[in-house]
Amino acid sequence: MPVHPTASPTLSGTPVVALDGVGKTFANGVVALERLDLAVHAGEFVSLLGPSGCGKSTALRIIAGLSAPSRGQVAWADGGAADARTVGAHRIGFVFQEPTLMPWATVAANVRLPLRLAGLKADAPARIDAALARVGLAGFAQSYPRELSGGMKMRASIARALVTEPALLLMDEPFAALDEITRFRLNNDLLALWQSLRKTVVFVTHSVFESVYLSQRIVVMTPRPGRVFTELVIDAPFPRDESFRTSADYAGYCRLVSDALAAAIGAGEGS
Amino acid sequence: MTEAGPKHEAASRTDRALRLLLPFVVLGLGVVLWGAVVRWRDIPPYVLPGPVLVFDTLVADWVMLSEALIVTLTTTLQGFALAAVGGIGLAVLFNQSRLIEYSLYPYAVILQVTPIVAIAPLLLVYLPQPAAVLACAWIVAFFPVLANTTLGLNSVDRNLADLFRLYGATRRQVLWELKLRAALPYILGGLKIAGGLSLIGAVVAEIAAGSAGAGSGLAYRIVEAGYRLNIPRMFAALLLLSLAGIVIFFALSLVSHLLLRRWHESALAREV
Repeated sequence: MPVHPTASPTLSGTPVVALDGVGKTFANGVVALERLDLAVHAGEFVSLLGPSGCGKSTALRIIAGLSAPSRGQVAWADGGAADARTVGAHRIGFVFQEPTLMPWATVAANVRLPLRLAGLKADAPARIDAALARVGLAGFAQSYPRELSGGMKMRASIARALVTEPALLLMDEPFAALDEITRFRLNNDLLALWQSLRKTVVFVTHSVFESVYLSQRIVVMTPRPGRVFTELVIDAPFPRDESFRTSADYAGYCRLVSDALAAAIGAGEGS
Repeated sequence: MTEAGPKHEAASRTDRALRLLLPFVVLGLGVVLWGAVVRWRDIPPYVLPGPVLVFDTLVADWVMLSEALIVTLTTTLQGFALAAVGGIGLAVLFNQSRLIEYSLYPYAVILQVTPIVAIAPLLLVYLPQPAAVLACAWIVAFFPVLANTTLGLNSVDRNLADLFRLYGATRRQVLWELKLRAALPYILGGLKIAGGLSLIGAVVAEIAAGSAGAGSGLAYRIVEAGYRLNIPRMFAALLLLSLAGIVIFFALSLVSHLLLRRWHESALAREV
């Protein structure tokens, strides 16, 4: 994967998507999200960090239009409505916690799926090849998911999310189930992709270390009912690599974010 | 470590050979024992014919029996085909419309739990015999297809379903490219059961129709031979029915294996 050093994008201008006081109460009465205000700016890498059950996945599903907010507004820069059928086709790529590949289809057929469903056939083979090459799966187009390792399945899942050239990439704890070595490699590859493709990424995680390593900005959330506790800017330069992982800066940010997360959990329990 | 590979391979080869060979050894022993008992106890052929006599009868009556076999097999395959189409079709309909499911599912269950032997005589009153026999084969065979397909259609990975929604898939695309694909292993499981059951349904109906006398299938030949105390022919016909059932089972297993072998756990060789 090519790595082009770029300056950090600025966090100003009109947000790509903005959540204004978004809340979600499920039919069984559980309040998953209390009130979420979040503006996602073009080209930024923002993480939602919080303990399990803080509603961060729910927030991601609401942005994707897979779940309707009970309260509040989701506003898109181009004025589109937040409904899966209208926002999904071109603008959003979604990576689930599990690879979520169709076991009966080859890797290439899995990556082709968004193009097929969106009726984009013209240059499909070229786009599939490009997407697979980007994630380092060029030689595995005709493999079936069961023939791949966990990390490779997740790469295929990322290729599928990227194949429609979405402006916004939503990732729901994509590396949580992977071993640490694989997770570090995928972290690096994801950063390289982000820098070369200039996507906007919203990344949900419960790992302090992962969020610090990847993000420009971390939104720390309280436990259920979820709301924003604080926001932290990770002002370390890109490209980041393994030397950043062992740097004093990294350790400092991790301590800062850990403290914020502990305070958020305390605040959640106190309320 | 270097010896472990070939040794292990040889062991698994022996295991495969045993698995293939042992049933035939048991069969051979059983036939020999059967023949021996008949000879030792001097059992008359109208009580228990020996294996040689059964085989001779099979050869002597081959024209009649093979015609009967074809009649029964045709009914079975037609019943199976209708069960497959009806079971899968109904399951898809139920999946697409809750109202239709609520309205019809109880009757599908009632049709299944009412013993076919009890329904067959009535069907023979109202339908021409070939149609009645076919209806019996269908009634017995369609429910496992319906139940398994329904289970399969409801077993779709939720995240995959979300993914289809995210990319604006139509109902048709969700059905054809997600639900039916995900349900395929379940459907094939249902069909495997239905294959054997449609043979049973056809036989039950032929036997019920037997006294009416217009039949010509294998089960009818068994009933007829029974009236005439032609026990060797009963055995010969029974042998053909069993063979037909075995062939149907293996044919469906083969189809299932061929369709699933690239991706589904059930078709994968376990790696030790």
